[in-house]
Amino acid sequence: MFGLKPDLCSVPMPETHYGVDDYAKSTARWCPGCGGHSILSSVQKICKEKQYVPEKTVFVSGIGCSSRFPHYMGTYGFHGLHGRAFPVASGIKFRRPDLNVFVITGDGDCCSIGAGHWVHAVRYNMKMVVLLFDNSIYGLTKKQTSPTSAIGTVSNTHPKGSVLPPINPIQTTLGISNASFVAQTTDWNPAHMYATIRKAADHPGFAFVRIVQRCPIFMKDLYADKAADPDSVILLSHENGINLDPAIAKTFKRVIEHDPSDIHKAREYAELRDGIPVGLFYQNTENPCYDDYGAHNLGMTVAEKTQALEELLDKYMN
Amino acid sequence: MENQIIEPSGLRPMGTRKNSKVVDQTVVEIVSDSGEGAQKCGQSLGSISAKMGNGVWTVEIIPAEIQPPARSREGASGIRVRIGSKKVTNMGNHANLVVALNEQVLYGRLAQDAYKEGTVLLIENKWANHELEHIRNQYAEAITEFKAQGLDVREIPMETECLKLVRDAQKGKNMWVLGMLCGIYGRDMERAEEQVRGIFRKKSEKIISSNLELLSAGYDWALNNLEFNYEIPAMKLDVDQVVMNGNEAMSFGTMAAGIELCSMYPITPATSVSHHLAENFEKVGGIVHQAEDEIAAIGFAIGASYAGKTALTVTSGPGLALKTEFIGLAVMAEIPLVIINVQRGGPSTGLPTKVEQSDMLAAIYGETGDAPKIVFAAATIEECFHFVILARKLAETFRTPVMLLSDTNLATGVQPFPRPKINSEWFASPIDQSAWKEGVGAFQWSAETGISKRPIPGQKGGMYTLTGLAHDEKSRVAYDPDINQRSAEHRSRKMAAFQQTLKRPAINGDAEGDLLLVGWGSTLGAIEEAVAKAQEEGLKVSSIHLRFLLPLEPGLKDIFSRFKKVVTVELNYSDKVGDPMITSENRRYSQLAWYLRAHTLTDVDCFSNVFGQPMSPAKVLQFIQNEVKK
Ligand SMILES: Cc1ncc(C[n+]2csc(CCOP(=O)(O)OP(=O)(O)O)c2C)c(N)n1
Ligand SMILES: [Mg+2]
Repeated sequence: MFGLKPDLCSVPMPETHYGVDDYAKSTARWCPGCGGHSILSSVQKICKEKQYVPEKTVFVSGIGCSSRFPHYMGTYGFHGLHGRAFPVASGIKFRRPDLNVFVITGDGDCCSIGAGHWVHAVRYNMKMVVLLFDNSIYGLTKKQTSPTSAIGTVSNTHPKGSVLPPINPIQTTLGISNASFVAQTTDWNPAHMYATIRKAADHPGFAFVRIVQRCPIFMKDLYADKAADPDSVILLSHENGINLDPAIAKTFKRVIEHDPSDIHKAREYAELRDGIPVGLFYQNTENPCYDDYGAHNLGMTVAEKTQALEELLDKYMN
Repeated sequence: MENQIIEPSGLRPMGTRKNSKVVDQTVVEIVSDSGEGAQKCGQSLGSISAKMGNGVWTVEIIPAEIQPPARSREGASGIRVRIGSKKVTNMGNHANLVVALNEQVLYGRLAQDAYKEGTVLLIENKWANHELEHIRNQYAEAITEFKAQGLDVREIPMETECLKLVRDAQKGKNMWVLGMLCGIYGRDMERAEEQVRGIFRKKSEKIISSNLELLSAGYDWALNNLEFNYEIPAMKLDVDQVVMNGNEAMSFGTMAAGIELCSMYPITPATSVSHHLAENFEKVGGIVHQAEDEIAAIGFAIGASYAGKTALTVTSGPGLALKTEFIGLAVMAEIPLVIINVQRGGPSTGLPTKVEQSDMLAAIYGETGDAPKIVFAAATIEECFHFVILARKLAETFRTPVMLLSDTNLATGVQPFPRPKINSEWFASPIDQSAWKEGVGAFQWSAETGISKRPIPGQKGGMYTLTGLAHDEKSRVAYDPDINQRSAEHRSRKMAAFQQTLKRPAINGDAEGDLLLVGWGSTLGAIEEAVAKAQEEGLKVSSIHLRFLLPLEPGLKDIFSRFKKVVTVELNYSDKVGDPMITSENRRYSQLAWYLRAHTLTDVDCFSNVFGQPMSPAKVLQFIQNEVKK
């Protein structure tokens, strides 16, 4: 009963100190100017700060340019199927609470083919950081309309412009029951992006971060002026929000004070159209986490299992 | 509301058994509208019999809807129970006796050729005096018709007898019928009482005693009012036995394999595996995850497997179709995984509650690209237990998904088998968290066997990114086409390496002759019973039964070459030459026949159908007789 619990995988805290290089692998093969590069360095920096043990960390992705991300990390990685990163990541975490799990997904991956899993993953609220690389286009397959493309987007599937309004990933996530952390940032403000992902990594549940991302090849003009114009973003600021260096915070011209425990205001601000709201929309650390259920009966010994099974078989005896 | 007893009598069965006829086997059916408890009644009869040492096989008769309209011909719900002195391996042929709670449900079974001349029909007679004229007429017509068809019709006052004991005969009539059948077949009433107490264990003592009264009354009524009764002598049991259906056996197998996760989405007839697990799994350190769909179910299982806990996903036809992309990934990235497919009728939604063996080729070839994986099929309920344990072992040894096939007949059939003695070696070993050997790739394929060892997250130095893209030994994305050829060779070589460890299938009968039948899956019992009869008649017929489908067991071509004719017996579709448009050139063969023809270059023929019914020994015997005479 009190014997060795082999599957708890408790490895003693390492004495090693990990540097940024410990989280890097091969050179990223994204296009020059792709937002992916700056996200990658932010994430590696956070891994270092959190001193995640590389072998205890798994980056799970789907398929897309963004989903190549795990190949560039020095941790374990799972580059799986288009749209299916969430179930895989949830399955990894379910019986391995000792692993740090990240999900890297694209706007097509998450909001189109994987939309069903997205809804349920939010509801499972398992501890993992989710980074939605939203470039409003299908990158890897060369410029098709994405569910987050603005209406009128000219693409190879809609040469005359797309005809439907886009999904709002923040509003959608806020609408799913048991949502517990919803934040937004942009790839052209590395300091804000870093602070946002950092906050997500500290969250004890499913931390959803949409990163508004530039695609210099297929959506060259989409954020070109926005990235240069400080008026194009609106900072959601609060003492319980994203921790920004005051010097950085000062660079934002438009600021709204928003308490991230207020889901109604969060939903209101998710609809802001005259600028890109960035910051923490909503956080709730009290929501039930499905991984607690998943781990509740870990560590039974073979002797315990055998005894329980023999007792069950007794009930089926002749 | 509780179904209270009006006149508690407290009597135990009194009737004495006289002039019992001894039979070595019998087939009983109970048919009714849904919700009348016919299945509970039949399962109980089966259990009591198994506990007495009789061989038993049950087949559920399930309508497609939960509550189809009452008294409808298609709505028949019920069960067939075959009881024998020896081990029973299949549903048998025509029923010897059928209990019907109304006359309409019987038509469907008659159309399915379930009865023969002389089959005794014990039918509820309350319809003869029903307040509605058209029902009285329907009943009268049916009785005339059943008699004309040769059934030995006995009209039984079931409702009237039950109403002597309870206010609502609808609740409890099945227990009265169980008592009646116990009387007819000389079942041990102590075991019967135990059974009834078990069924109602969560109910009040009042309800239990009310049902026990009905049981006794049915028993007495049979002995006092029917001129026939039987003995079915039982075997002396020298080993402990357990009684369960195939899905329960698969659930037990999962637990005994040390699998910790069953990730599923509900689908008939696979779901009850997860029901049984949901009830018991947590006591042995496991959990059922009900996913949002079948794709997520297998993805979740794959995640757990990747993280070192080889998982199970269980499904049926339409669900298997959805899982194919992930199965391909598991093959490509060499992720151990157990997939159970409890086959039902197809394609599409097909016949959800009926048996078919039509997924064999989908199981073997269902993925795009070349995706070899181990595929095997259970042929008995006992194998449903042991094969799950084997499946996990094979999945981990060969670093591959393993597909285990079952079907509705095994899933819902109840049979006793020797009680397994839980072996600690069956359980998965604790996951390896030791440091990974430096320099070894995540796919360091052995040139000999294609097998490689996999790093598990947590293993220091083993960090790799698993990918469904073509990849080299170090799991690096392959930009060189040679790597794709080489990795495909290694994945295929694993199947060959496993095949080298398999034994030739055992031949049931002589190793040469006029006809060899080849079966797979749940048809084993029917085929072997038919072959035994044919051999008694002096026909030179033998059979083999395959368990492994990919890779195939060795020696098949050699075995086939010693028979004048080789024919598969299967529950899947094949064309018949002579039907409109069908020629020997365009004819589509049944699945195993097709596969064996390609594999052995032997002119393998097939005997197959998709009536949704289990194969009966009589049909196989008739086929053998025709075939050998030809
Ligand atoms: C089942 C399936 N369908 C389609 C594809 C082709 N495909 C690959 S990536 C992709 C879209 C990628 O867009 P997004 O998710 O936005 O990622 P990005 O490349 O923009 O980062 C598509 C359609 C696929 N790999 N699998
Ligand atoms: Mg995109």
